[in-house]
Amino acid sequence: MSDATTSQVTALGAALQSVPRSGWHAATVAAVHRETPNASRLELDVDGWPGNAAGQHLDVRLTAPDGYTATRSYSIASSGSSTRVVLAVDKLPDGEVSPYLVDDVRAGDMLEVHGPLGAFFVWAPAAQTGDRRPVQLIAGGSGVVPLFAMASAHAEADDPTPFRLLYSVRTPDDVYFSEELRGLSDASAPLRLDFVYTRRTPDGWPAPAGRITREALEAAVIPAADRPRVYVCGSTGFVELVADWLVGLGHDPRSVRTERYGGT
Amino acid sequence: MEHVDGNAIAGPLAEFFAFDVTTATGRCVGCGSIAELARAMVYRSGAGTVVRCSTCDTVLATLVESGDRAWIGLRGMSAIEVRRAPSAG
Repeated sequence: MSDATTSQVTALGAALQSVPRSGWHAATVAAVHRETPNASRLELDVDGWPGNAAGQHLDVRLTAPDGYTATRSYSIASSGSSTRVVLAVDKLPDGEVSPYLVDDVRAGDMLEVHGPLGAFFVWAPAAQTGDRRPVQLIAGGSGVVPLFAMASAHAEADDPTPFRLLYSVRTPDDVYFSEELRGLSDASAPLRLDFVYTRRTPDGWPAPAGRITREALEAAVIPAADRPRVYVCGSTGFVELVADWLVGLGHDPRSVRTERYGGT
Repeated sequence: MEHVDGNAIAGPLAEFFAFDVTTATGRCVGCGSIAELARAMVYRSGAGTVVRCSTCDTVLATLVESGDRAWIGLRGMSAIEVRRAPSAG
């Protein structure tokens, strides 16, 4: 056997033994907008993206010139069959990936993305699932991203399922998808919006700024007696507080789906 | 670093399983509780990822990634149940 043939066989063996890293795609940044003072909205054109359900996420991998890689998960704000994927990324002060995505990335830049990921924290229209129970969405800060995808899919499908979104946010300036949310609440698919402002309220707001309370939660969510499906997304502390209160208010733990993104 | 939950490991787990395993239910060897992997608590660090039962904190699984290799340990799950798509026949 010649040396050339040996090396070909060796290469083939290596290829068969290694597991292909399926689901990774090259993404081109199509547009970047400032979403809030601390967050950017990124529109990505993802080569080979198979489409995604509302609520799914993707992993973004950045590789430094020396080969060091950092991978982080981001919820997807869009859904459907399009290869245009929308993210809204909050900048973490000591983050390795988010400061780059929020402040530095420009249209035309390339990213590696893995997805769509996760089939647990997803919503699909009643026409597909047959589930006509009402849906309560509860967001803490940037946790609104996958819930916005669900509310948009609900409006897009003109789905008759009652939807309600409770959004806890620092100040009116920190609201993600502010205009789009107003548009969704005016759409024919039913969506009711409730806000809790934790640091500063709009002028004339009836309640002082402050963390959500059990009483405020109870007043702003679909009652347990109506057996809603509940999706909660936010920081780990927010999600665990809210999920415990929901169970205490009589919600079935199996009907409460949670997604924690870690620290604030 | 604060923990997250099983949703966050859908990507790393996609290297081991041909389907989204975060919706599969696992039975904890510590307390016997059965829950979707998405509901487990996940502790990530530079060394790797530890997946713990949300009921009793038993270590369900460990994940380590290093360059061109990845390992998974499933020491804390005595059974995993997956939902199959309805068969055409």
